[in-house]
Amino acid sequence: MFKKFTKDDIHSRSNVKSSVQRTLKTKLVNQYPKLEPVIDELIPKKSQVEIIKCEDKIQLYTVNGEVLFFQQFDELIPSLRLVHKFPEAYPTVQVDRGAIKFVLSGANIMCPGLTSPGAKLPDAPGFEKDSVVIIKAENKDSALAIGRLLMSTDDIKSINKGHGVEMIHHLGDPLWDFTLE
Amino acid sequence: MSLREVVYCGVCSYPPEYCEFTGKLKRCKVWLKENHPDRYNELYGAEDETAEDAAEIDAVGKKLGESSIGEERENKLEKDLLKLQTKQENREQRELAKKLSSKVIIKREARTKRKFIVAISGLEVFEIDMKKLAKTFASKFATGCSVSKNAEKKEEIVIQGDVLEDVETYIHSLLKEKGMENVKVETIDTKKKKKPTTETK
Repeated sequence: MFKKFTKDDIHSRSNVKSSVQRTLKTKLVNQYPKLEPVIDELIPKKSQVEIIKCEDKIQLYTVNGEVLFFQQFDELIPSLRLVHKFPEAYPTVQVDRGAIKFVLSGANIMCPGLTSPGAKLPDAPGFEKDSVVIIKAENKDSALAIGRLLMSTDDIKSINKGHGVEMIHHLGDPLWDFTLE
Repeated sequence: MSLREVVYCGVCSYPPEYCEFTGKLKRCKVWLKENHPDRYNELYGAEDETAEDAAEIDAVGKKLGESSIGEERENKLEKDLLKLQTKQENREQRELAKKLSSKVIIKREARTKRKFIVAISGLEVFEIDMKKLAKTFASKFATGCSVSKNAEKKEEIVIQGDVLEDVETYIHSLLKEKGMENVKVETIDTKKKKKPTTETK
């Protein structure tokens, strides 16, 4: 999603009304219920959320010049910096060490990288297809990418072949390096 | 429950545990040691500093990678990372060489009668925001100043008015600030003033 992303892709940038900001917050909490205790810390009531509309209908939401989350369609997806601040709140999968290199260069994650001994998938019932997951790595604390499941985690376990997670956002991609002046 | 403070590497901007995958590990380690010694010890342990680079990286890889993917794959991964690192270093060296070999050209061109413009090219290698610099020039010399493309399709800054000397001194000071004093600055004066005696200050 952010393979190519530059300042030229920004169409408009505007402040978000406080009422809209409130609905955004509730929406975020609805999507990730565990965020509730810290939501006021993430987006303080007095803060000004900015919306940056970009190419391909991508919208970034920033607070104090930091991209906190973005959306392409209806779903809000947290940015990695937000994930690092509070990693417990999101559904997580883990890849093995051999996969890190490829993930960091933006590849989709293949099933074997998710099922090998170093990797971790949630036990049944697991996550549905198309849900957004945080990708962690073996022996590392922080998340390194965010992706969308191309098949449910149970399927990944049983089929164990082909693309398992579609890459959305990873360490070192243009969104990671993105800063507002 | 509260938010977590995350340390990001000042060199590669990743969380420190991912530094080994960027190919800038050496510089990352130096940075981490200076800024967050506790994290450094946690990640890399107290290693012998005089150790050979390759050996050092090896040790780090082993320490970080007490993992399950098997020795063979682990070795391969380490080799790949090493390769990546040398590649990155080479690239950096090349860029540095390119920077040093480039030069800034300040050119004065005559327009009608006693009007001149000054064009500065070759600035792009310094990663300065051209537009911002143009703005500074405009306010500094109280003239029009813009960024445009020249004949070789490269960006240059065009300043209205005869400010060749001032620009030259400014560029020199700018380079000094950036620590690139050995970059050549060349001035070209396409049309000499007819009578230097009529010089107005």
